[in-house]
Amino acid sequence: MAEERVTGEGSAVPAARAAPAAQDEMLFTFAQYDEQAAERTGYSDYSYWGSTLRVFLKNKVAVALLVIIVTLLAFTVIQPILPGQKSPTRIYTDPGTGIQLRNQTPNREYWFGTNSIGQDLWSRIWSGTRTSLLIGIFVGIWEVFFGIAVGALWGYVRQLDLAITEIYNIINNIPTTILLMLLTYIMRPSFQTMVIAMCATGWLGMARFVRNQIIIIRDREYNLASRCLGTPTARIIMKNLLPYLVSVIVLRMALAIPGTIGWEVFLTYIGLGLPLHIPSLGNLVNEGRQAMMSPSLRYQLIFPAAVLSVITISFYVMGNAFSDAADPRNHF
Amino acid sequence: MTVFIVITVVFLLMRLLPFEGYFAESYDKLTPEQREAILRSIGVLDPWHVQLMRFYKDLLRGDLGTSIVYRPKVPIRDIIAVKIPYSLAFGLAAIVISLATGLVMGVWQARDKGRFWDKTWTGYIVFINAVPAAVYLLFIQIYVTQIARLPMLFDRDKPISWILPAISMSLGGIAGYAMWMRRYMVDELNKDYIRLARAKGMSSTAIMVKHVMRNAFVPMAQYLPTSVLLTISGSIYIESLYSIPGMGGLLVDAIQRQDNPLVQALVLIFSTLGIFGLFLGDVLMAIFDPRIKLEKQGGSR
Repeated sequence: MAEERVTGEGSAVPAARAAPAAQDEMLFTFAQYDEQAAERTGYSDYSYWGSTLRVFLKNKVAVALLVIIVTLLAFTVIQPILPGQKSPTRIYTDPGTGIQLRNQTPNREYWFGTNSIGQDLWSRIWSGTRTSLLIGIFVGIWEVFFGIAVGALWGYVRQLDLAITEIYNIINNIPTTILLMLLTYIMRPSFQTMVIAMCATGWLGMARFVRNQIIIIRDREYNLASRCLGTPTARIIMKNLLPYLVSVIVLRMALAIPGTIGWEVFLTYIGLGLPLHIPSLGNLVNEGRQAMMSPSLRYQLIFPAAVLSVITISFYVMGNAFSDAADPRNHF
Repeated sequence: MTVFIVITVVFLLMRLLPFEGYFAESYDKLTPEQREAILRSIGVLDPWHVQLMRFYKDLLRGDLGTSIVYRPKVPIRDIIAVKIPYSLAFGLAAIVISLATGLVMGVWQARDKGRFWDKTWTGYIVFINAVPAAVYLLFIQIYVTQIARLPMLFDRDKPISWILPAISMSLGGIAGYAMWMRRYMVDELNKDYIRLARAKGMSSTAIMVKHVMRNAFVPMAQYLPTSVLLTISGSIYIESLYSIPGMGGLLVDAIQRQDNPLVQALVLIFSTLGIFGLFLGDVLMAIFDPRIKLEKQGGSR
């Protein structure tokens, strides 16, 4: 504020002088050139990531969820090496009789109980979380890299515009549900199939968004100037255009995880999911669904569903909060 | 044109399907020679362009082929004709419910911005968007049927069993419309034309109806035809959970039993509907908003 007044009065002086003599000269004084004040306007301690972090930390819910999710993630990673953990795929039998320990309700030995063939639900849930998160991470990374690459080329290189638009229209016009079903139906169920099928559909939204943004900012003056100076296209895209999109990129990365978990549950539900011997959240929910008709066995559905909901909700809220925070318009 | 390409692409993708899908239960019993004879007789071993031509000829006559496993030797047209009414009824009911509830909820949220109800409904929206539909639908089916004493499965003759499927089907839509409406309202209420209307002394109901709602309808018009048309495809979860004999369950059944011609026909129908929906949406949008023109305009971007 102080600096502004200095310059403001400076420019007001000639006008005051030109005014009729009735003007009270005492109201106006000449502003002295103040080097320090000038310095202050030029300096800003604004740092992009610093402000992002500050805005993010203001969102209490998001921070709480961040803590939860970090704990949960750390736990899923270290869970297998903790002492006393059971194997997620071994079928446990009663040591005395040799009968499978089927449908044991939660107890001290099996914290979340056992399923219909005697596998330990606790370790299955964490193992399933690992699988599902891994799929989510793969798909998220692919979505960001491939989506941005295609989107950037699509928006920036005019010769490619028509061709990519046509390809996009074709893929986008088939409902995602059906495309996913077809792809998993054609390939045999496996981890790779899941990842490939979701990668094949996931990049579309990203590419389109990046393209639209790039078309908007591609011909702004600073880019024009860069081009006139002979900056290579790749460098313009990397340095001038993409930094605009950080908030969206982060958002899409974070949403890829609830998204893939949702699709995985869906594909498993219709019988095209991962093979049964790989525990995943989708498989667990589906197993739980088969047991839900008898009220005493509903824990088999409730536990996986609870873990799954915590994960998806946390990622969803956090992704949104972070992308709000990463948007420079929200920094002041 | 796009329809044509999509149909061709889907048809060619279908050629990659495992051959087991062309046999009923008998796959393991047949010798390789017999299998080949059967495949030849349905013509799947022909070169792909021959198959494609034949497929289009059949399609023009309205013939979608016959089912192999699901209901052997029955034309697919007859199978789906019985199922479409169910999906249509539930789908339309769900759209009506979700539009009515969702829009009201969105307006409510925007008016209550930052306070209790806004936060509550935002929580609901986040929950619906983040948690996979299968999970919350399952819990609704288990617990709501228990608490409200509603029947668990769909029964054609008992109207009371129609309620829950229709409501659970509209949950996602409600969240979508509410979220969209809220954001739209919050953005729009700060615009100059609304301020002017308010300054003129227009009542806020009149502003809502005459200005905001009318503008809000334009982007919605783009998606409405697609969602109406795609109700035919039914809801996969709802229909299989409540065992409603509709189209959504049919596709799942067809896939699980590997009935290739049926899968193919359904996929074609659904994707064609989707494309027509988008097209209708564009047209509708242009009708409602005179500023939008369908022809591509020249000039530089």
